[in-house]
Amino acid sequence: MAEVPGQISCTGGGISQFFERVCGYSRRCLFRVISMGPLPNHLAFIMDGNRRYAKKCGQEEGSGHKAGFSALMSMLRYCYELGIKYVTIYAFSIDNFRRKPEEVQSLMDLLLEKIKALLEKESIVHQYGMRVYFIGNLALLSDQVRAAAEDVMKATAKNSRVVLLVCIAYTSTDEIVQAVKKSCISKSNDIDASGIYKHDDTDSDIEGMDMEEQEKRIQLVDIEENMQMSVAPDPDIVIRSSGETRLSNFLLWQTGNSQLFSPAALWPEIGLRHLVWAILGFQRSHSYLEKKKKQV
Amino acid sequence: MPNHVAIILDGNRRWAKKRGLGALDGHESGGRRVIELAMDFFATGINIVSLFAFSTENWGRPEDEVNYLMAMFEKNFKAEISSFQRYKVKISVIGSRVNIPESLLHSIQEAEEATKSYTERQLLMAIDYSGRFDILQACKSLAEKAKNGVIQVEDINEKIMEKELMTNCSEFPNPDLLIRTSGEQRISNFFLWQSAYTELYFPNVLWPDYDKAEYMKALTWYQQRNRRFGRRV
Repeated sequence: MAEVPGQISCTGGGISQFFERVCGYSRRCLFRVISMGPLPNHLAFIMDGNRRYAKKCGQEEGSGHKAGFSALMSMLRYCYELGIKYVTIYAFSIDNFRRKPEEVQSLMDLLLEKIKALLEKESIVHQYGMRVYFIGNLALLSDQVRAAAEDVMKATAKNSRVVLLVCIAYTSTDEIVQAVKKSCISKSNDIDASGIYKHDDTDSDIEGMDMEEQEKRIQLVDIEENMQMSVAPDPDIVIRSSGETRLSNFLLWQTGNSQLFSPAALWPEIGLRHLVWAILGFQRSHSYLEKKKKQV
Repeated sequence: MPNHVAIILDGNRRWAKKRGLGALDGHESGGRRVIELAMDFFATGINIVSLFAFSTENWGRPEDEVNYLMAMFEKNFKAEISSFQRYKVKISVIGSRVNIPESLLHSIQEAEEATKSYTERQLLMAIDYSGRFDILQACKSLAEKAKNGVIQVEDINEKIMEKELMTNCSEFPNPDLLIRTSGEQRISNFFLWQSAYTELYFPNVLWPDYDKAEYMKALTWYQQRNRRFGRRV
């Protein structure tokens, strides 16, 4: 009796392995075809719909977030296999702290578990040579979560093949305010350090003053340099699952020219077909944009 | 109902190309719709309508197109002052103003002066505007205030930042709904800070074809949205 289930599971295991190999092969063929067109360099995900998914399946909330995590791992693998170097995910917004304390705690526990797991030998970090950044107001996190995040950033600092940016305790308006403050402080330090200029010629006084004034004043590049997300280029595509079409305070500065996609699928339901569809949309729009750039 | 609807008027040139016409004809056709549609929006109870008329990036377009657009804006401001007064719509133009021709600047100032006392409805025209430029000018203004001791840098927060943005001339600076016509699904550097929680709607209609029926579709769509602002409903 005991042997029959074992035999079935062996045969079942064999079939499922064969099926996985076929799927993997088909996926690689598909990726080769897609790669013949332009590919995005940076993709950003707003992972919305975990709780609705759990409700839909009649399960408790936590299971939605766990299913969401599996979906995330699959999407990361597809992105990196396709050759997309940068992926940013909106893991936890500063706004989310206003949820019920039990939900916040359970999310933080899950985040801590998954952050620590990134350092394991078999993790996706080692598989893909991934550098990980945690972007956000990390001071708002518990000491444990912050320490784990800092450990991962340190441990992956030398990796360079692919990059994962995890926005945690993040909102874009907070990121912009921090960058503005840093720009104000560093410009005023520059002014203090430069001292007073003397000009010999009256005419060049006026021109010289303008250039000097210009240098003293904050430029776009000053704000950009001080953005936490300056470690990556701007996203080419933002995908928000669950059919909602808003940014919810995610990468506002960086997504001015990003293409936005909102598949109706809840985050745990997100799959390869949604990624392919978004990239095909990007490729269609890309050729139009290149034409426009040449005209402009 | 949304308090503030923002519109990116995209698709004039493609509309013209489809009909074998020049880009300027597309702009002319698109331009005629703008004020009409804005008034339709106000009639349904919306307080503020913002229009992305000209981006800082548009200066790179062909000179004749840029000149045409500047002349068209000037003509519309002059021609529509009486409508704005009739419908009690306050006109506010946001953007750089440094590169705008003198004559257009003059008609902007006239329109703003003639309508400054109205409080219930406002038309925000973004001319030579971009979201990044807006944030940068707010930052420069805050740096100046910090230098003069009016504020401390450590005290700068989101509320203070918002008061420095060009939309500070409005009671509802952040749009509830942003419509971008022509099917392109991007914000193109329009309101960046202000769109943090804005519902984004991308109808596949070119701007000169955008009519009242399309606008009603957008409003119906908006009313079905479930806005949570990060919390749970």
